[in-house]
Amino acid sequence: MDRRKSIKTLLIGAAGTGVLAEACKEAGKKETGPLPEASALNDRMQEEKEYLTKLNDGDTFFTPHEMKAITLLSDIIIPADELSGSASQAKVPAFIEFIVKDMPEHQTPLRGGLRWLNMLSAKQHEKPFTDISDQQRLALVDLIAYPDKAKPEYKQGVSFFNLMRDLVTTGFYTSEMGVKDLGYAGNVPNQWNGVPDDVLKQYGYAYSEKELKECIRYDQQG
Amino acid sequence: MGDFQIKKEVKKYDAVIVGSGAGGGMAAYVLAKAGLKVCLIEAGPNYDPAIHSSQMKNPWESPRRGASTKFRPFGDFDGCFWGWQIDGEPYTMKEGSDKWDWWRARMVGGRTNHWGRISLRFGPKDFKRRSIDGLGDDWPISYEDVKPYYDKIDQLIGVFGSNEGLPNDPDGIFLPPPKPRLHELMIKKTATGMGIPVIPSRLSILTKPINNERGACFYCAQCNRSCKVYGDFSSSSVLVKPAVLTGNIDLITDAMAREVITNSEGLATGVSFIKKTDGVEYQVSGRVVILAASTCETARLLLNSKSDRHPNGLANDSNVVGKYLHDSTGAAIGGVLPQLFGRKRYNEDGVGGMHVYTPWWLDNKKLDFPRGYHIEYWGGMSQPAYGFGFGMQGLNGKYQINGKTKPAGGYGASLKEDVRFFYGAGVGMAGRGEAIPNINNYCEIDPNVVDKYGIPVLRFHTKHADYEIKQAKHMKETFKEILHNMGAVITWGGDDNADNNYGLSNPGNIIHEAGTVRMGSDRKHSALNKWSQAHDCKTLFCVDGSQFVSQADKNITWTILALSMRTSEFIIDEMKKQNL
Repeated sequence: MDRRKSIKTLLIGAAGTGVLAEACKEAGKKETGPLPEASALNDRMQEEKEYLTKLNDGDTFFTPHEMKAITLLSDIIIPADELSGSASQAKVPAFIEFIVKDMPEHQTPLRGGLRWLNMLSAKQHEKPFTDISDQQRLALVDLIAYPDKAKPEYKQGVSFFNLMRDLVTTGFYTSEMGVKDLGYAGNVPNQWNGVPDDVLKQYGYAYSEKELKECIRYDQQG
Repeated sequence: MGDFQIKKEVKKYDAVIVGSGAGGGMAAYVLAKAGLKVCLIEAGPNYDPAIHSSQMKNPWESPRRGASTKFRPFGDFDGCFWGWQIDGEPYTMKEGSDKWDWWRARMVGGRTNHWGRISLRFGPKDFKRRSIDGLGDDWPISYEDVKPYYDKIDQLIGVFGSNEGLPNDPDGIFLPPPKPRLHELMIKKTATGMGIPVIPSRLSILTKPINNERGACFYCAQCNRSCKVYGDFSSSSVLVKPAVLTGNIDLITDAMAREVITNSEGLATGVSFIKKTDGVEYQVSGRVVILAASTCETARLLLNSKSDRHPNGLANDSNVVGKYLHDSTGAAIGGVLPQLFGRKRYNEDGVGGMHVYTPWWLDNKKLDFPRGYHIEYWGGMSQPAYGFGFGMQGLNGKYQINGKTKPAGGYGASLKEDVRFFYGAGVGMAGRGEAIPNINNYCEIDPNVVDKYGIPVLRFHTKHADYEIKQAKHMKETFKEILHNMGAVITWGGDDNADNNYGLSNPGNIIHEAGTVRMGSDRKHSALNKWSQAHDCKTLFCVDGSQFVSQADKNITWTILALSMRTSEFIIDEMKKQNL
């Protein structure tokens, strides 16, 4: 596929059409300008680029203190283990900062939830959540991390923690580290030859004669 | 926008086409290949999947991890610009209407850049429904009229599937289908045991190369992002690009059509549009005008094209333009398959979409609703995106995880174990059914509202009928039975009931809208003749979903393509005969 060739054809097609050529000029300019090779934003339309710039150039939403609490909570929710690293190692807190700007509906539940947690911490320890010991933090989290066991007076905390669990889990498992942890094996060019034999066997399935006859089969060398 | 200016183009084209999706792209392709000079007007920017697709991006390459935005309602990597809302282009609801969901694409190729590639022929019965059940209307054409064009597009575009000899799901010229995935084998075994057929899906994806311009599928499962090697059908890559390469097409992008221009005899002679990038108004003229702006935009254009000869809007002597608006019905359900918990990892991406599906299998004479539906299936180990892992507290307290019982919720290493354990166990299905076209479901021009270009906008009035609601009920009952029988646990969509119409989607939500400029033999009750040509304006054609009399329990794209090709050949023929 020769992109330049197709642009040339486009322009030739428009040549001699007077005002049409003029109408196409702006688009034409953009087309024939320096082509950003493999630009990460090639797939974005203009309005999306402007929106992204606005988000990235705008104010930071969370205060440093809030971000510290988010980071602590993130690593409680997804700590490092033998298979993969922690939420903060996967830059989940930065993802949460971005996502609340992209989805403002998360702003108040998170900001308010963090304040709710700080108030609980202050009541029990006279210090905010960030300043108590690891053990004290886990004890507080235990009060709100199990919806079916939590006391009624902690239900708002449960809602906040459910949202944090959602965002941290999704942020981690959509990061490079998290996808590897999960073992998602796709998003690579390949030729589908069906379910691996050992898996078919494990579940007691086999392709029927009709399927084997009618379905595409690729040479494994290919 | 600059100062207000109107510029008339002096060049006269053989055809002016509005819209570059399936209908417009096919018309442009056929006419340009035949040597006609064509002006193709598209409301959005240029789009070439080879350059602009998000294919093969990883979730972390999106700052929102693939979540939706108003620009991409189906996710950040989806290959469609805009969707349910477009900035500056409102639409309204008439009082008493159900909510109508209107998806609009703005890009070369339109919605075909992201569509499901489900490429089903209508069957013989689908053209003659009134004769069968007394509802709706028969088409003025039959399957035999369209079959040669289905055959041609099967070969031109490529579609995989299997010939099953079914009476109303005709055989085609198919590439070999891919083998079923694991959850699809499970669905097939269970459903087949219940008397519900499960056969290879029919998707316009190249399991083998068909020419030198397009690559074959490499199984990334991302057809919805549009394909950089053109391994599936998008109008942008498969029709518009080769059409432009003929040199016979002027493609004008970012051009929002305003009106169809008519002469003193009432014949369509061109199109006026506003160029979004400079705000200048243009007029282009052609021997014929072909509308393929999408079912509702085409109706809007016609209704906005009033003149002394056409005071009711163009092609609207019958007063049916905008009416009989209908969409596929839809209802869905999902769950988890406990037998797949903790499953072995391997790449099961496959093609973008299901490898098997269920065509309609029952006799409506024995049911309390008149038309059928097909079933689409999904599941398995897909690429995680925003939303992955949400709601763990609703899942991890219900099952033993690697032999342990845990309280719902939680955190830490235990949570990581849960995520890994449940991954890839999801399964779901959705029905896509035929609704009965109804004169009381319509779009019309809102008398009070214009968009940012000053073009009067559409106002919708649609309501589900009992037929559709009963069909959704049947879908849900069937899906629950399939899931139950295969040992799945339903996690969503299982509690729908009469209060919410059994989870029936809003009209428009399935994005198969059709019927607003329908064809027919009776010019009092239809806008177009059997050649998609306006009864009251022989130089005006509509080749998108607007021309449909009814839409079957099949996705409509393959029929849009076939009818557009048929109409385009008719236009060439009529021009040769000097009739146009």
